Amino acid sequence: MSDIDLREAVMAKALELQVMGETAPRYARDQVNQPMINNWVEAMGDSLSRYTQGEAPPAMAQVWTMGGLNPQRDPNDPLHSMMEFLTEQGFTAVLGTNCEQTYERYLRVGEQLSVTTVLDSVVGPKMTGVGEGYFVTTKSVWRVEDEVVATMLFRVLKYRPKQADANAVDPTKVLRPAINRDTEFFWEGTRQGELRLQQCGSCHELRHPPGPACPSCGEFDRTFVVSSGVGRLFSFVVHRYPAVPGKQLPLLLGLIELDEGVRMVAELVGMGPEDVEIDMPVQVAWQRIDDSLTLPVFERRS
Amino acid sequence: MSNRLSGQAAIVGIGATEFSKESGRSELQLSVEAIGHALADAGLVASDVDGLVTFTMDTSAEIAVGRELGMGDLRFFSRINYGGGAACGTVQQAAMAVATGVADVVVCYRGFNERSGSRFGQVSSWANAQVNTNGLDNAWSYPAGLSTPAATVAMQARRYMHETGATSEDFGRVAVADRRHAANNPAAFFYGKPITLADHQASRMIADPLHLLDCCQESDGAVALVVTTTERAKDLAHPAAVITAAAQGSAPDQFVMTSYYRPNIGIPEIGVVGRELWRQSELAPTDIATAVLYDHFTPYVLMQLEELGFCGVGEAKDFIADGAIEIGGRLPINTHGGQLGEAYIHGMNGIAEAVRQVRGTSVNQVDDVQHVLVTAGTGVPTSGLILSR
Repeated sequence: MSDIDLREAVMAKALELQVMGETAPRYARDQVNQPMINNWVEAMGDSLSRYTQGEAPPAMAQVWTMGGLNPQRDPNDPLHSMMEFLTEQGFTAVLGTNCEQTYERYLRVGEQLSVTTVLDSVVGPKMTGVGEGYFVTTKSVWRVEDEVVATMLFRVLKYRPKQADANAVDPTKVLRPAINRDTEFFWEGTRQGELRLQQCGSCHELRHPPGPACPSCGEFDRTFVVSSGVGRLFSFVVHRYPAVPGKQLPLLLGLIELDEGVRMVAELVGMGPEDVEIDMPVQVAWQRIDDSLTLPVFERRS
Repeated sequence: MSNRLSGQAAIVGIGATEFSKESGRSELQLSVEAIGHALADAGLVASDVDGLVTFTMDTSAEIAVGRELGMGDLRFFSRINYGGGAACGTVQQAAMAVATGVADVVVCYRGFNERSGSRFGQVSSWANAQVNTNGLDNAWSYPAGLSTPAATVAMQARRYMHETGATSEDFGRVAVADRRHAANNPAAFFYGKPITLADHQASRMIADPLHLLDCCQESDGAVALVVTTTERAKDLAHPAAVITAAAQGSAPDQFVMTSYYRPNIGIPEIGVVGRELWRQSELAPTDIATAVLYDHFTPYVLMQLEELGFCGVGEAKDFIADGAIEIGGRLPINTHGGQLGEAYIHGMNGIAEAVRQVRGTSVNQVDDVQHVLVTAGTGVPTSGLILSR
């Protein structure tokens, strides 16, 4: 499903639930009663005398209609339905963001409460610090018979966790190589799909990494050859921590001994940690980052 | 080659701050505090100091340190490059300065908030961005993603395992020894917290084959060392830790942490240091009662034992078996707990421990210590010392 199709599907579901309107009233298991009030004010450290004289704290509104230890889900509850739908679409995580309660009056011992819920709004997709998601807001209303005694706006963020998104790594964030006039030929080569190895124009010794002088004969006569890109794995690392800019973890890193006889560090691609072994045959491939940088990577050679 | 440095200078004072994860004060203050403690330990005062040496990486300039401590004229200042490889090199600089009369009393110091401030264990983006040859060198590894100290060492460790048959458990024995020693050291961050080999094996992978417990701590703190001539040391508070040998080393085709292009990708730079230490001291590995081997990552301790000649190539895994590197063993190492157990102060806390072993004041004192060998960070151009009674 494309991003646009997905948004339309979410909004269609939201509309479907909104037009259903308020749920049927769900009644509190018990009437407002003194023993429960006593427990609450004790836990809260609230010593107002009115709570021992037949009135209940307004903030207990939600307490009276709690589902108990093993709540029966109301199949028509729009919050539950909307959350389930978003989970199916990959927005698996949830974060409570707002809870605003309004109290109309004190409740009195002996009153029978009921609650209804309606889907107020679904807003999104929004990119947040924890990931992309939808803000789902429901409105609950508590009544004694037909009199509204308390309301609540409840908002959650239902989101797709960032870490779970394989595409969240931005390859353009890789650390850029420092380049000078001794090394620019190599990076010019990678842009053209050539793995260039410095060769001394005088004694023909190959060398990587490159430099201005030949360590073997001392000449500054630099040329290069284009490597076959074929070699074997001399050693490797499975990097698991910490995060590396532009790279997906675990990151497989190889020290490749090319058939020409020089070694090179590169990312290993197209394989998992369990597939890697020393002496494994490998060949070069290219990871184009952008116009200015292409990195050599290596894959298994069959 | 002549041998005119051996025995001419000594470490006469050691000082440190507490070792923590959050010092709550500036790096300059840490160094100033440690230097104050070291001078008090030596029975000297700030006005006696006329030379200062630290690491290129240190953020506190010699002149800032001198100002805070009210020092007078400074006649010698020097800095050593290559991260933790500098540690013993600072003492070598100080020893050469006092031995030649360029300075009388030189303080070596290193202080940082390496845990609460800039953490070395994270991706070292700054190292890749340096506008110098080190930055150019890193272009051959960092863009590929090989960009943390642990990962660069893991590349060598994997090859070492392949070539020698050493296992992760063998690396773990270093961690167990360090933490056993730290458990007995009230100054250690991991005081009272020994680990087992099973703990090591169960710790999470950081850069396979390195587990978390193969990696040293990240720490806040500072250490300072006072160096003067052996002659002057005779009048001071503590028995001198005589600098019998002091060496630096880098090997052919050397890089910083990524010397992957020479035939053997081990740590021959510490072999260079070792050969020079034996030459200057006219000692052999069998003369060393205890050693402080720089333990930023456990595999390097095995490789150092081989490069320094304590055992043959590929034999370190056998050398360290059966508690040989623990207190009571044939070569106890890192009796302060090392950088895995005590703290990571870039190797300077290890030199302080070597001084305590020579003085006979270590919490894990080894019997009959005549000579202690200390190394600095390897995988980079490095350094070493032999300190003697």
